Amino acid sequence: MAGVLALSLVLACGGCEKKQSEKTPGAGAEPIRVGAIFSVTGPASFLGMPEKKTAEMMVEKINAAGGINGHKIELFVMDSAGKPETALSLAKQLIEEKKVLAILGPSTSGETMAIKDTCEKGKTILLSCAAAETIVNPLAAYVFKTPQKDSDAARWIFKTMKDKGITRVGVITSNDGFGMAGKDQLAKIAPDYGITIAISEVYDKQETDLTGVLTKLKGQDIKAVINWSIVPAQSLAAKSMKQIGLDVPLFQSHGYGNIKYVQAGGEAANGTIFPAGRLLVADALPSDHPQKKLLVEYKKDYEATHKEDVSTFGGHAYDALLLLTEGIKKAGSTDAAKVREAIENLKGVVGTAGIFNMSPTDHNGLGMEAFEMLIVKDGKFALYK
Amino acid sequence: MTMALIIQYCLAGITVGSIYAIVAIGFNIIYNTTGIVNFAQGEFLIVGAMIAVSLCAMMPLPLAIALAVLITMAIGGLLELIFIRRVRDAGVLRLIIITIGISILMREAMLHIWDEKVRALPYFTGNDASTIGFLGASLSPQVLWVLGVCGVIVAGLTLFFRYTLVGRAMRACADDRMAARLCGINERWMVTLSFMLSAGIGALAGCVTSPLTQTQYDMGAPLAIKGFTVAILGGLGNSMAAVAAGLLLGLLEVLTMSQFPAAYKEAVSILVLLLILVVRPTGLFARGDAAGLRAF
Repeated sequence: MAGVLALSLVLACGGCEKKQSEKTPGAGAEPIRVGAIFSVTGPASFLGMPEKKTAEMMVEKINAAGGINGHKIELFVMDSAGKPETALSLAKQLIEEKKVLAILGPSTSGETMAIKDTCEKGKTILLSCAAAETIVNPLAAYVFKTPQKDSDAARWIFKTMKDKGITRVGVITSNDGFGMAGKDQLAKIAPDYGITIAISEVYDKQETDLTGVLTKLKGQDIKAVINWSIVPAQSLAAKSMKQIGLDVPLFQSHGYGNIKYVQAGGEAANGTIFPAGRLLVADALPSDHPQKKLLVEYKKDYEATHKEDVSTFGGHAYDALLLLTEGIKKAGSTDAAKVREAIENLKGVVGTAGIFNMSPTDHNGLGMEAFEMLIVKDGKFALYK
Repeated sequence: MTMALIIQYCLAGITVGSIYAIVAIGFNIIYNTTGIVNFAQGEFLIVGAMIAVSLCAMMPLPLAIALAVLITMAIGGLLELIFIRRVRDAGVLRLIIITIGISILMREAMLHIWDEKVRALPYFTGNDASTIGFLGASLSPQVLWVLGVCGVIVAGLTLFFRYTLVGRAMRACADDRMAARLCGINERWMVTLSFMLSAGIGALAGCVTSPLTQTQYDMGAPLAIKGFTVAILGGLGNSMAAVAAGLLLGLLEVLTMSQFPAAYKEAVSILVLLLILVVRPTGLFARGDAAGLRAF
């Protein structure tokens, strides 16, 4: 009985699939299955939510325009809540059960590192939206990332400090993948710019109070503070510094690129300096800038669809999907190996984070020029000059 | 280390300690009437703060907070009626596990009602950048608000339990439930009332700490763990001791941080908890002979 039922189900299902493929024009136009793992909830939700919204918005747009080479995209968005172990089981599920061609995300570096090997072994293209350099160095054939390099972010911060005549700084980082990777990069690069890191402290990613750790920094006679994290404590850093009377400039990482962090920091956030992609200042760019058209269009689309300010994180998901679609177009195929090779050789692709020039040795494709230094002025992002 | 820096460390300790203390007070009331630890206490904090943030857009801050406290009290009472009262042969362990269930339920509900974003109430006086100078060191005026509210709650609870009929009835239930029932006290309603009181105090704590800690749907659990540690440290059931223990733990954490990497401070607070449980399970401030009685 059960067998008959199962058989009839299979037959019924086969029937619908046939019907569907009859509707869509062109031969072999079965949908391209794409997975996405974002931290939609949890401490990194400022990253994951805009990424999810962007990916869904873009897929809808691509499908409405007839898909890629006649193939529609079928997107499976999963929420990892910022937990590496959840990301790993979701990645296995996407690869083994959903048989996806590629995975967009995860949102954070810790999660990406947790699934890097699984994607490599499963021959599934991973387009990470997380920033740590360890994602693409050492290189894995199937693993790419769209945000700018964290070493370049560190260089921008130190370069700006050098111009301001700051030589002695204190560093605080969160105890997640992004924070730990940043801590290492900062320590490695500081000597190149003649800057001494007097003290470097780590706080919990769910920390609700930073006055203690900042007091420790205050005792070290530092001339600036660098906070490197992606968690809500970023807003606390600015507030707590003001509250304990630590009156030195605050530098944040490129993880600060969401206006909500500024709003949560209130009055105290003004004067915060950080490196970011140009999306946040799209309207202020000169009209001949190669990224201007794309940035303004994405910003307008996103803000019209979701009624909230655009953030660089949503941009990372935009770029991930962009690289994938460009790769599929270039390969003229949906075979994972061919698409992977095509992505690896993409040149001059204009995205939200910068202009991507991939190569077999560089799976990020962005350089120093992808960043701009920004400053918070009157609760808004502005170009730092 | 200069004098100003030492004072600054102490102020930082008081800042974080005042947050722990106000969270810990809420644990005591339910413990006193039922003997259980309510693990949804952290969620009461967040619900209260979230409601206040939402109401704040429509009305002045004090009114928003007052309404938020009342609404959270209603939620606390309702949860007790639905989940706790109906349990048959309610053992302590069973009830504690139910409170864990309630905390998960509330967290998910908040995610759906308010989404995942971080919010904060405005500072009660001044703004994010205001400070009060004190012997070359400074702290946020909000910390004084937290301490002040702590004081008011402790004083209010003491008066309530000593001098009002309802308060005395609740104490009677805590001491001997059967005897209280024989005196005509409806002990079921006393438990409901204790949940309402705890929820209300939690909501008030959530509102007054919100500018300092910010408020996100899943922040209740970490705060509750610290509050629980402090409640144990002071001696479960004693509000005054909870405040003292909160400040003590805050200072201890900050002093540890001043000498060792900041990441070790969590280890210190857990170590303190373990030591207390092994050496003095009744808490720091409880007298040995009084430990058998749950006094308010």
